[in-house]
Amino acid sequence: MKMNRCLLIIFFISFIFSFYRLSAKTNLLPGNIPDTSLIGNRYCLNCHANAFYLLLNNENGKVYKKMMCTNCLIDTSDFARCNHRKFQCISCHSDGFKIFPHSEKSRFEEIASCIECHSGDSVAVVYKFDLIEADYEKSVHATKHAENFSCWMCHDAHTYKVKATTIEYDNSICLSCHANTRRYNLILDKHNPNIIQKHDWLPNQRIHFQNVRCIECHARVNDSILVAHNIQPKSKAVKRCVECHSTNSLLRQTLYKYQSKEQISNNGFFNAVILNKSYVIGANRNYFLNVVSVVIFVIILLGIAIHIYLRTSKK
Amino acid sequence: MIQYIYFYPKWLRIWHQINALMFLMLIITGLSMQYGIFGIRFDFAVSLHNVCGIILVFNYLLFMVGNLLSGNYKYYLLKFNNFFKELKAQFRFYCSGLFKGEKPPFPLSKERKFNPLQKLSYVVVMFVFMPIIILTGIAMLFPQLIINKILGIPGIVLTDLLHIIMGFLGSIFMIVHIYFCTIGMKPGASFKSILNGYQEFSE
Repeated sequence: MKMNRCLLIIFFISFIFSFYRLSAKTNLLPGNIPDTSLIGNRYCLNCHANAFYLLLNNENGKVYKKMMCTNCLIDTSDFARCNHRKFQCISCHSDGFKIFPHSEKSRFEEIASCIECHSGDSVAVVYKFDLIEADYEKSVHATKHAENFSCWMCHDAHTYKVKATTIEYDNSICLSCHANTRRYNLILDKHNPNIIQKHDWLPNQRIHFQNVRCIECHARVNDSILVAHNIQPKSKAVKRCVECHSTNSLLRQTLYKYQSKEQISNNGFFNAVILNKSYVIGANRNYFLNVVSVVIFVIILLGIAIHIYLRTSKK
Repeated sequence: MIQYIYFYPKWLRIWHQINALMFLMLIITGLSMQYGIFGIRFDFAVSLHNVCGIILVFNYLLFMVGNLLSGNYKYYLLKFNNFFKELKAQFRFYCSGLFKGEKPPFPLSKERKFNPLQKLSYVVVMFVFMPIIILTGIAMLFPQLIINKILGIPGIVLTDLLHIIMGFLGSIFMIVHIYFCTIGMKPGASFKSILNGYQEFSE
């Protein structure tokens, strides 16, 4: 009971306090955000990092408490770790967002794509954005859904970490739409397929999902860039075990390097070396070598057998 | 009369036993990784292969240092006078002389630890196969270090192929080596000598 009372008091005080802060800066409700507020993003995050925001009705002077829509909600802890954390909101979003409530026009703003900032960017040259864009342009995302698709569909600028080399993180990018009907419906007006059921055919499904990125099977491998962006239509997805577990050297070109890097960052250098799991069963099989090695092996065994026979029979 | 010569010093026997054990483990785990055989759990096979590979590298260093310090390296020096003639003679002995009960053309002694064919095979295995398999193995542990493409072929594919070819040739050597060790005064004599260090000779 005491606990509940304390929580209630804390909640009440914080509510009053936030109300006080906003109403004290009355020019925020509504009006212009002063330029000085752009030092840091706190004025935007006042609303966009909270589940609720306050809206003043000029006509009756009443303040309404509204729920922030989840698409406009920024997770500040993710933002603080993401690659764009040093950016100010207004660096990417138009000046229209300086006004609150935001104008209707600002809702239709075109956000710059990755390439618009990163093309020719000397700092990001290592990521080869130009090659990524060329790869993306060939993908099913670009060829079939160009109207509605943008870099931001997969790479949320507010959370994206380019050095987050975990398979789970990488796959969560795909799953954010393909396992989420609401987001999936932004592009297509149909129910998204059930990922688990669609992969029923895959043996050891769990192990594959834990150890392989979606793109290993669903994107055409491009060993010039770290992550292939040429997502293929489902008819061209890898379905034959032998393509990875045997002769698909291209898989080794991407997944092996990726996993090796990931393990070093997760487990430390020495543990990663010993626990290195950058292999898949049969990845180094080669049909020609298999045949040749079996032939040589049989010849050697036959030779030894004949030798033993001759040695023992002459005695 | 049977004579015993102390042929294999302790460090050499330790190196040899570790080498044999690691090689065997690497063959088993390597085959398991490639073909999913022997019923070894895949992740365990990978870890075991890596650990055995690392031990093999350190053991190889022991072999190199031991040879240099003890002077054992002199037994591996190839002499190119009559090189092919000697090889031919030894080969002929294995293919026919042995069955007729002829004496070996190059009997082992304190001065000659290996016959010419033996010496050549050991030199090739220890100074050609081993460095390649070690270097490619290290490269496979750190695939991000491998050059992306060599003459249009992905570097990792070449490294990988070289590693398994050398592994295969190494395993063939091991089989032949074990078989040839049965050729002696008694089939078990050579195995005994690598355990206690003393090689049997008939006067």
